[in-house]
Amino acid sequence: MWQALREELAPAGFELVTVGLDVLGAAGCREFIQAAQPTHPALLDQHHVLADLFGVINIPSSIWIDEAGQIVRPAEAAPAPPAAPNPIENEAAEMPPLPPRMMEIMTEAMKIQSDPVSYHAALKDWVANGADSRFALSAEEVVSRSRPRDLNVATGHAHFEIATQLELNGQHDAAIEHFRQAHELVPDSWTFRRQAWSLEMEGDGPLARFWQGPSADDPDAWPYAGDWLKDVRESGAENYSEPWTP
Amino acid sequence: MLLTTPETTLAEFSQATGWSIKPQGACKGDVCIPLPQAVQDAHAEDRPIDAQTLAQAMGMPFVAAPEQGLWAIGPECVGSRALTTATAADFVLPDLDGNLFQLSSLRGKKVLVYAWAPY
Repeated sequence: MWQALREELAPAGFELVTVGLDVLGAAGCREFIQAAQPTHPALLDQHHVLADLFGVINIPSSIWIDEAGQIVRPAEAAPAPPAAPNPIENEAAEMPPLPPRMMEIMTEAMKIQSDPVSYHAALKDWVANGADSRFALSAEEVVSRSRPRDLNVATGHAHFEIATQLELNGQHDAAIEHFRQAHELVPDSWTFRRQAWSLEMEGDGPLARFWQGPSADDPDAWPYAGDWLKDVRESGAENYSEPWTP
Repeated sequence: MLLTTPETTLAEFSQATGWSIKPQGACKGDVCIPLPQAVQDAHAEDRPIDAQTLAQAMGMPFVAAPEQGLWAIGPECVGSRALTTATAADFVLPDLDGNLFQLSSLRGKKVLVYAWAPY
């Protein structure tokens, strides 16, 4: 869907750069990138530098950058383009039944709020009108709308970076310790949590990385304070994404 | 930024964090942070710089995991915000084939950086 939008807007001087935030890099992202058949840069970010550099705390998120390299909208939730009804959805009824946890995750995920119509109308307005678009924010507003960050939060980012490197070095248990620190110090980052949870795979099927919580067989082995279902329910799925602000 | 020793160089620091090194200190946007004499001297003499000293001067956290041979300087928190300036940091990241892509190569276009994850 983003690829189609990119083709539509490219003649107006627009480019899309997708960045997969995943310590597993190509191994984690390849099938998704290949399925999208991108004509735009499709990059891999194994250490989540987008979190450090732009304050990305959730996915999907976007940052809008103008022709001079100035950010005009800082990291914010980026809903997929409004879609036409998809006939393939009817096939869902024929899929094998999901495990109860995955059904519960899907039920919560359905409650996550987004406003794709407003977001994408704003995007097209900016691509057409540039600095004259009311959706292009001033430099001051860009900075003030970026995520709050104190020394504790910044320390959590440093722990996260060590964790991802330990993971790459094959030191998973040591990585968990630093992921935990990152979660505690950056409590508003969903990506820091989901990244770590996704590495505790349940089985090896296509849902292994989406399980993101205690295994039914051995729940006590779960190494984190939270998990996807628990944390989303605690904060309320309706509050998962911050509402889009023009 | 990640380190495999507790030392760094200003060139390495600048590349990883987007802070450029100027006579008045390390600068990003309109913000310049003076660097301690010890750091300036080491830089002038081409010696490695103590990463913790540099981090402290920049108001950045320093985390050490010496038993695993890793150290990290966390990002800045100038003004208690993730962004110090609206000028986009110029990252370099690989694609699936390992080719490096630099964000600033798209200067002259409007760019939407889209963060996603396969989990």
